[in-house]
Amino acid sequence: MAIGGFLDYVDPWVNWTWLSTHLPLFWAALQQHVALTAFAVVGGLVLSLPLGIAAHQWPSVRNPVLAVFGVIYTIPSLALFALLVPYTGLGVVTAEAGLIGYTVLILVRNILVGLEAVPQDVIDAADGMGYRPFARLVRVELPLALPAIFAGVRIATVTTIGLVTITALIGLGGLGQLINRGLIENFHTPLVVATVLSIALALIADLALIGVERLAVPWSRGTAA
Amino acid sequence: MSVLSNVARWFADPAHWSGPDGIPQRLVEHVQISAESVAIGAVIALPIGIALGHYGRFGNLAINISNVGRALPSFGILVIAFQVFGLGSLPVLVALVALAIPPMITNSYVGLREVDPDVKEAARGMGYRELTQLVRVELPLAVPLVMAGIRTSAVQVVATATLAALIAGGGFGRYVVDGFAQQDYTKLFAGAVLVAALAMATELSLSAVERLLVPPGIQLQRTATAQRATTFKTA
Repeated sequence: MAIGGFLDYVDPWVNWTWLSTHLPLFWAALQQHVALTAFAVVGGLVLSLPLGIAAHQWPSVRNPVLAVFGVIYTIPSLALFALLVPYTGLGVVTAEAGLIGYTVLILVRNILVGLEAVPQDVIDAADGMGYRPFARLVRVELPLALPAIFAGVRIATVTTIGLVTITALIGLGGLGQLINRGLIENFHTPLVVATVLSIALALIADLALIGVERLAVPWSRGTAA
Repeated sequence: MSVLSNVARWFADPAHWSGPDGIPQRLVEHVQISAESVAIGAVIALPIGIALGHYGRFGNLAINISNVGRALPSFGILVIAFQVFGLGSLPVLVALVALAIPPMITNSYVGLREVDPDVKEAARGMGYRELTQLVRVELPLAVPLVMAGIRTSAVQVVATATLAALIAGGGFGRYVVDGFAQQDYTKLFAGAVLVAALAMATELSLSAVERLLVPPGIQLQRTATAQRATTFKTA
């Protein structure tokens, strides 16, 4: 690093010496990134399951749910956060409200895909065996829809990990904070390392979810996302 | 309510409708960089997606490239492009093109792949040569998904172009980013309304084009794969 004249100094893409002394910074950002993502996906799932099931049962619920969340999904995240700031302030509430809004559309769509793909024969068989509607839903339809729901969870997780970086502008950001720092200080190392970590986190989360799916839903055949 | 009335007053102010920081100028900047990026992205992505779908090769690659695209943090990609190419519209263009490509490849691949094999066999039986079969039979049947890919990309490019203001770009993102920086919540909210309206307008107008281009008599059947291919959000 020190070799060469002072004026010749070119900021390398990754300054390993600096990185090695600032690992706790990246660790903290990574933890915040994972926490923001996990809350958004779990929160989205808690909202989407009843919404998706209701949308499947009643066509009159289906279109309004898809339309409302479709509009939210289309709004760029930076704009959605900006629209929420006057009401929910800068911080976690605004970030999670936006992120959950996006995951709901992804999850509801996939829950519907899964429930609609349950063959009529299977439903007839369940009825013939004396299942009541709720038991049929829980014991027959939802298990068969699980592969599609998992595909939705994977897309929602990967998407959210990318979007969390944008919450840096409302004071959060996880790894996005370090991207922002790289931008403000014109310093390549945090920018490059945080971007690479964000991509790696998304791909590892995706692979981990495939693994969980294989274990938890042995009847699925790795639905392509 | 005071937020909304301030925003209404902001929109009513004629000063916001002229000059280099006026709404018309910002709209032109936003639409121009987005249109250029989608056009360049389409020129690169559509031939690849169509070829992969026609020959049925590298299916995993064509599907998974969307997943990699989703994993790209648009904010980081924009800032890295800014560090590589410096000021100007080039870094924005490069980053937006990179984000526009994956959904177009996946959607056009899925569109071509989902053409009924019986139909292709019938075309061959009628003596169509390969290229004629692709142009006259497969592509018209794949139009809904190819267009869905272009629409998905375009909406995301418009959304991501908002972030370009962070690296000194123009467009409606300027109001949002400046609003945050100056803690001018009226400007921030007004900018957000403009960005959201532009994204909605892009979605609705391209959906209309999509419906116009679908050959009459074709039933739109959205399979799970096709639906997932259009689920793409990077900003």
